Amino acid sequence: MRKEWDVIVVGGGPAGLAAALACSERGIPQENIVILERDRQLGGILQQCIHHGFGLHLFGEELTGPEYAQRFIDRVQDSSIVCKTDTMVLEITNQREVVAVNAQDGLMVLSGKAIILAMGCRERTRGALNIPGTRPAGVYTAGCAQRLVNMEGYMPGKEIVILGSGDIGLIMARRLTWEGAKVKLVCELMPYSSGLTRNIVQCLEDNDIPLRFEHTVVQIHGKSRVEGVTIARVDGDRKPIPSTFEYIPCDTLLLSVGLLPENELTEAAGIQMDSRTKGAMVDQHRQCSVEGIFACGNVLHVHDLVDNVSMEAQTAGIAAADYIMQDRKPEGITVSVQNGSGVSYTVPQRIVPGDEDVDIYLRTRGVFKPATLTIQAGDKTLLQKKKSVMTPGEMEKVTLPAEKLQDIAGTITVSVIGG
Amino acid sequence: MVSQKEFVCTVCPVGCRLTVSQAEDGEIVVRGNTCKRGARYGRDEFVDPQRTVTSSVWVEGGDLPLVSVRTQGSVSKAKIPEVLQALKRCKVCAPVHVGDVIIPHVAGTDTNVVATRNVRKK
Repeated sequence: MRKEWDVIVVGGGPAGLAAALACSERGIPQENIVILERDRQLGGILQQCIHHGFGLHLFGEELTGPEYAQRFIDRVQDSSIVCKTDTMVLEITNQREVVAVNAQDGLMVLSGKAIILAMGCRERTRGALNIPGTRPAGVYTAGCAQRLVNMEGYMPGKEIVILGSGDIGLIMARRLTWEGAKVKLVCELMPYSSGLTRNIVQCLEDNDIPLRFEHTVVQIHGKSRVEGVTIARVDGDRKPIPSTFEYIPCDTLLLSVGLLPENELTEAAGIQMDSRTKGAMVDQHRQCSVEGIFACGNVLHVHDLVDNVSMEAQTAGIAAADYIMQDRKPEGITVSVQNGSGVSYTVPQRIVPGDEDVDIYLRTRGVFKPATLTIQAGDKTLLQKKKSVMTPGEMEKVTLPAEKLQDIAGTITVSVIGG
Repeated sequence: MVSQKEFVCTVCPVGCRLTVSQAEDGEIVVRGNTCKRGARYGRDEFVDPQRTVTSSVWVEGGDLPLVSVRTQGSVSKAKIPEVLQALKRCKVCAPVHVGDVIIPHVAGTDTNVVATRNVRKK
């Protein structure tokens, strides 16, 4: 295995594939780009997301996950981009070295002129929630159950309770029902779902599955296998109310309680992190605090639409190619993007003012109906945008024209208020 | 009025609460929508709700045990149990390619079940 590369892409999911293709289209020779993927195949988590609804923005049609992935895989495999599957990256250094291992090549130390981080995210587990009780078999994350049912051909159980009403939990409620299981209940801690309304209607209501808001699982029962769970209503501080405890017999508990960007490699490389996104701090080109290292997709912040992942990866891929070809150094002046009231995070976190307009992505803190988004530099309002609704479940995008960014010193603030 | 049903519109994130009713002369009225797409959605959900069905079926001799499949178009919601029955009985032989017809005219509908991924021969 060659040591020197122009671009090393870590992760062969939707972000990694789109980033590698963008590098090539921008002029990096294909044979100088390598994708390192730990799974047996390319495509990442899309391969197990067999439901449809992907690609509406990018392709104007509703594809299934594998179909969406295949469009990118075909383009990569028709090119001379090098793909190494079954290959685990162990370490990335701030000198742009990548330590990886596989059964064919053994331990490798690769060196890249640019590195693109596209490792995706993983699910929060029971350990992250600290649910009391015994530790029987039958507690799965929703994504793990999804892989078992859709790709490996195993059913995780027969009588199922789902904690969390994120989209993966809702999709799995329908999937398991269609495969003959009884999904008894979906519990959601919050008074609203973070999942799409369409999934609430088509996955739960179509199949008569009850959804209980402001409810959580307070205990798991069973010795070798789950025998039941105790659920409870929570109060305004999200604390369980003892008088509402209710025992539900079941053999399986699925957890759909959030995703975390997978950034052990990023942190070990000494890259500056954002505690809000749990991803790297980046500029509008998705360049991290370490020069020549870029990040995109769910490893940077958890997206709701894969279309946005692909588009962000394209931004990162183009920037990585430009970095190599123009030997661009980080500019002196940067504008930091802060979140004001009603905003939980923004990407990018800093902007290098230039000739191009800058897209800022953000999530709101709570539901605003209607909503007004404002970008300010000190007392000066740079931009205002009104929308009929903004919710935490839907990432918002706002474009800041390049001329607005001239003569800005220091900081801009993005805020959202109701009305 | 003959019948009335309520839906939450899923066309966009606003989630308008729709009330759809049918008068004795057959005329269908959608209320609560704030756009044209919402009116169409309410009408479709009332008359004949359509769904895309996705699943996985067994593959003989493939490098993977299952191939993911979908109905090419949507099918009537009432037909879903029949579609699922047909999928349960289904087994295909590798190799399979994206777009291969797995079950033509599934459950007597005019839509085919097609593969959504490639499975190579082992």
